[in-house]
Amino acid sequence: MSEFLMLAFLFLVAGVIAVPIASRLGLGSVLGYLLAGIAIGPLLQMLHVDVVSIQHFAEFGVVMMLFLVGLELEPKMLWAMRTRLLGLGGLQVGLTAAATMGIAMAFGQPWSVALAVGLVLSLSSTAIVLQTLNEKGLMKCDGGQSSFSVLLFQDIAVIPMLAFIPLLALPELTDVAVTQVANHAGNEVEHASLSLVERLNGWQTALVTVGAIALVVVGGTYLTRPIFRFIAMARLRELFTAFALLLVIGIALLMTTVGLSPALGTFLAGVVLANSEYRHELESDIDPFKGLLLGLFFITVGAAIRFDLLAANLTGVLAMTCGLIGLKALVLYILSRVFNISGSDRWLFTLGLAQAGEFGFVLLSFTVANSVIPTALADQLLLVVTLSMLLTPLLFITYDKLIAPRFSESQTQESDKIDESGKVIIAGHGRVGGIANRILLSAGFKTVVLDYQSEQLELLRAFGIKAYFGDAMRPDLLHSAGIEEAKVLVIAIDERESITELVRYVSDNYPKVYIVARATDRHHVYELWAAGARDIIRETFDSSLRIGRSALQALGVHPYDAERQVRGFVLNDQQHMRGVADIYDPDIPPHENRDYVSKSKEYLERTEQMMQGNSAAFGSRIDRGWVPPTLEDLEAEEESGTENVGKKK
Amino acid sequence: MAQLIVYYAHPGHKHSHVNRFMARAAARVSDITFVDLYADYPRFDIDVDVEQQRLLEHDVILFQFPVFWYSSPSIIKEWQDLVLEHGFAYGKDGDKLTGKHMLLAVTGAGPEDAYTHQGYQNFPLRTFLTPLEQTARLCGMYFTAPYVLYGALRAPEAGLTEPHVDGYRRLLEAIRDDRYDFEAAENMDVTGFDNLPIKMEG
Repeated sequence: MSEFLMLAFLFLVAGVIAVPIASRLGLGSVLGYLLAGIAIGPLLQMLHVDVVSIQHFAEFGVVMMLFLVGLELEPKMLWAMRTRLLGLGGLQVGLTAAATMGIAMAFGQPWSVALAVGLVLSLSSTAIVLQTLNEKGLMKCDGGQSSFSVLLFQDIAVIPMLAFIPLLALPELTDVAVTQVANHAGNEVEHASLSLVERLNGWQTALVTVGAIALVVVGGTYLTRPIFRFIAMARLRELFTAFALLLVIGIALLMTTVGLSPALGTFLAGVVLANSEYRHELESDIDPFKGLLLGLFFITVGAAIRFDLLAANLTGVLAMTCGLIGLKALVLYILSRVFNISGSDRWLFTLGLAQAGEFGFVLLSFTVANSVIPTALADQLLLVVTLSMLLTPLLFITYDKLIAPRFSESQTQESDKIDESGKVIIAGHGRVGGIANRILLSAGFKTVVLDYQSEQLELLRAFGIKAYFGDAMRPDLLHSAGIEEAKVLVIAIDERESITELVRYVSDNYPKVYIVARATDRHHVYELWAAGARDIIRETFDSSLRIGRSALQALGVHPYDAERQVRGFVLNDQQHMRGVADIYDPDIPPHENRDYVSKSKEYLERTEQMMQGNSAAFGSRIDRGWVPPTLEDLEAEEESGTENVGKKK
Repeated sequence: MAQLIVYYAHPGHKHSHVNRFMARAAARVSDITFVDLYADYPRFDIDVDVEQQRLLEHDVILFQFPVFWYSSPSIIKEWQDLVLEHGFAYGKDGDKLTGKHMLLAVTGAGPEDAYTHQGYQNFPLRTFLTPLEQTARLCGMYFTAPYVLYGALRAPEAGLTEPHVDGYRRLLEAIRDDRYDFEAAENMDVTGFDNLPIKMEG
């Protein structure tokens, strides 16, 4: 136990110290974790910690990340990506593997070893690249999307690779293997996975595999909703987290048992759930686990660097690493030209994917176990893979500092476009938020609705409204709902304290978001004002005005006079509130706040005068107008008519 | 430099062919005041004090609107009714606007020859604008030839939107820089983008 705590403490300390420093220096979190790993590497070695097995555990972060990526990707979008996924991804893996193989053979490696090396090094690091793209907000741009297509293809391609690599040890099957690699570049995802199972366990297993995928898709579509409803009954937040973890781990387990990639399985589940109202809830539940596991993973990568081996063959390893990055970048650059990825996106794509990846670790140990690659070579390759990952953040910095600025003009135009679309988040979809939402939708704006009553959400879904389950008070949920890009936040939840807290949080952290806040009463308005809201609507104020106006009309007051009376009241009331808003202090009870009391008294006196019919005391703006001119005015008017002012000369 | 305020009024600006582009151009002219009346007072709740203060601070008051039913959009009438109070704009001590200029920039749907005694509108366009003209006069303001675009509904296909909008911008800048020849405009019936009386120097 104490050993476990010690280890956890060590990893956490390293991360907590290194990552903020790295972020501060603009190096990104990934490099921070890697450096932290390097720093604690010797210590771990002294303690005889099995870094590699921790690394395998931490790789689960990649599975979680793909689940989250899936959640962001609706089936429609995935279908639209199919050409890039298969074409771009397939060609990247195929060409890189072939080129690497050729070079390895030129250096005198037997072709079977060369092919295995090619396959291992053709993969890039999903963990580093996706993490960095997300961090920099580049996921949605063309370069980010293309990179993602390639990474997804690679993740899928690992499975057939695991099947072929053992075959490389047998010379008579080599021809088959080569054609298989070429085939898989262009094949459907399911087909590629199926053929693997077929070979190993016969066609019944194929059915099991299809069944497993079907289970994920069908279960995700039809089962999650009732389960979530069931869980919501307990009204415990941690149960959602528990279920989200259960979901991801369960699918990963299912996929591993039938011999499919757990990353692929959870990715599929994510895509299936991308349209669900629980999407943002799932996202914010899984996200911290993903972040921590990936962090742990990067630390282990750094810690696993064998500096003794590196020192023994420094120039060789460095040359191989640089050569590999150059070669991969070249292939990516050519592909970006073929697939019309242009501008800064081309360079993001070229530089971002030029490293070898974490699946390389898996495949390398696998090749050694199957005696495809000799141990000495594998150890060196391990260093190459690690170093190339270590260099990736530097490539991203190169992109940021040297390349992106040159294309910055076109990028500002893009951000303008986003502005125009004007996203609105509505927190709380009850009697207040519901009407606001309907108005916004009818005017053609896109809204994201957050509420935590699942019955209501299902009703909304039935009407085609985008609604998500969750407590708007949670910063992480706001984040996944897109508060960063939102133009307006409508706060229409019921609880007074929660409204104030939400206003304070959003106006402090996202000053660009325009907040429309619901207030329960006058004092709440002052609280919200102090918390930073500037557009505050009292929930019953407008209906009360209408009630008053109706009563006036019923008493025989002319409708237009009644209308003006009400307007006058509103003006007076607003003046009053504006006058005391800055004096009101939520920490002092109103009756103890001397300034507040005296100012309020002043306004009350004016209201009283108004009630006694002394209209000049207030709202002159309403009482003026249509007061007929006096006889003196008339005389003056007649006089001016003879003066010829402004008449044609 | 003259202080110029532009009051723009178009309740259906989304459907406008010309006026919204004119408004956009006006809003971009520096050192003048641009007011979209329907945006400031979507509920017709005109703030008399604010408006009178605006009038006091400017020398040239320009109303830009499409002619609706031989008159202005209704908010301008509401604005007149409330803002041009006796004791301020006319009547006893009502001399606050004396000597200022009122100018109109209007668009008419029909073609130019419709606005004649022989045409289907039966009257020249200026006739329909006489209520505003006399309002100006009663307030002691100068009222000179309005800036007009006839056939506004066909302006886009006739390629007239752009030159008219550009002329509008030149007009506003000339007024601001004291290069607009009010005296010459006094002797004109209406002005258009091709005959604006603009001087080279102020």
